[in-house]
Amino acid sequence: MCLGIPGEVIEFLPDQPDLARVDVSGVRRVINIGLLSDDPPRPGEWVLIHVGFALSKIDEHEAAAALQFLEGIGQAYEDELAALTESRIE
Amino acid sequence: MRFVDEFRDADKAHALAAKITALCEPGRQYKLMEVCGGHTHTIYKHGLEDYLPEQITLVHGPGCPVCVIPMGRVDDAIALAAEPDVIMTSFGDMMRVPGSRGSFFDAKARGTDIRMVYSPLDSLKIARKNPGKRVVFMAIGFETTAPSTAMTMLRAAAEGLANFSVFCNHVTIIPAIKAILDSPDLRLDGFLGPGHVSTVIGCRPYEFIARDYGKPVVVAGFEPLDILQSIYMLMLQLAQGRSEVENQYSRVVPWDGNVVALRAIGETMELRPYFEWRGLGFISHSALKVREQYAKFDAELLFSVPGVRVADPKACQCGEVLKGVLKPWECKVFGTACTPETPIGTCMVSPEGACAAYYNYGRLTRQRVREAIRP
Repeated sequence: MCLGIPGEVIEFLPDQPDLARVDVSGVRRVINIGLLSDDPPRPGEWVLIHVGFALSKIDEHEAAAALQFLEGIGQAYEDELAALTESRIE
Repeated sequence: MRFVDEFRDADKAHALAAKITALCEPGRQYKLMEVCGGHTHTIYKHGLEDYLPEQITLVHGPGCPVCVIPMGRVDDAIALAAEPDVIMTSFGDMMRVPGSRGSFFDAKARGTDIRMVYSPLDSLKIARKNPGKRVVFMAIGFETTAPSTAMTMLRAAAEGLANFSVFCNHVTIIPAIKAILDSPDLRLDGFLGPGHVSTVIGCRPYEFIARDYGKPVVVAGFEPLDILQSIYMLMLQLAQGRSEVENQYSRVVPWDGNVVALRAIGETMELRPYFEWRGLGFISHSALKVREQYAKFDAELLFSVPGVRVADPKACQCGEVLKGVLKPWECKVFGTACTPETPIGTCMVSPEGACAAYYNYGRLTRQRVREAIRP
């Protein structure tokens, strides 16, 4: 819950401007990007995700570093990814 | 001192450690608090204390949201979950947190409908799919998760969803830091500010620490080098007699935070007069409740919440650990009666809790240190 996980924005959902499909370590899920409405991310950009909401935009380098760090954490990140995999935000 | 070479860039870590050591005044002891449980996790996982001179002690702060939930709130939530037609939904982190009569997992095993969700938006979806049920979201966390609860309530309001509510346990970090600063138990020299909380609140709320208490604050990232770099920045301020708020994690944390997130919190929630923190007691204006305009989403108003108050188990010293007065291994039940498998205290439950982090990694560090100093 506390982990901020990096995801790459793939596409926006057609009729729901607050929702975007992202790729997190190969898992593609829908998240809410409403908290970035002042400066929305574009497809191909990276965001830091907390409990289904993008909280900040990050650059690709930061995303790679954060991902490597999270993968080194082990169980806590695996649990977070497992929870994300179960998620079906609409 | 012997170094562990567990992470990449160990050379840079050694270089930073040397710069930190050079800044230590002879004979002076330094106590630096890392507020955030994520930092505690990194410190133990990578044995960062091994890199630091013995004059510097890292004190683990109260920034683990699962750890500060008092037992009574867990009991209240379980009572609420047992009401007719209720589906309780919760982050996985919360499931093993013990109340006085067991955890969410225990209640689930007894047949109470408690479901794990990744996001409050997943709770919302459960509510849409189960119109005959009353779906409650167990909202916990600091300012990192509060915006998601706020946005979910706004969404529920926009949809006119009548069977979704929030049992609000969101806490705010600044009053907890102030309580620690005002506590006579502990003299601290500086703070590593939390990373992700600061993406929401920004850096300004910490300015009182520098201005009124004369202590430096450095908002820090989560990687081992981020933490060492931030310790160096704190030590440099102390050596130069400065007390300022600095942002080491500016690649993620904007100085002004996330204005949209703050607005969403302000729209849907307001400060409670006081809230009980596990181990720290009652702290005024330290938590959020649902605003009156959104009362139809406030589980505390929709259900009769018992308002249970439970004293922490006598043997448990989570309070002292959360205030940084005791190191995890100094607690009487650490690693014996209290382990991650059978936690007595909350600090042993979450991977970000100081006790669990130390249990999982820190023991190795101490063993290495003992080996290194053995003649």
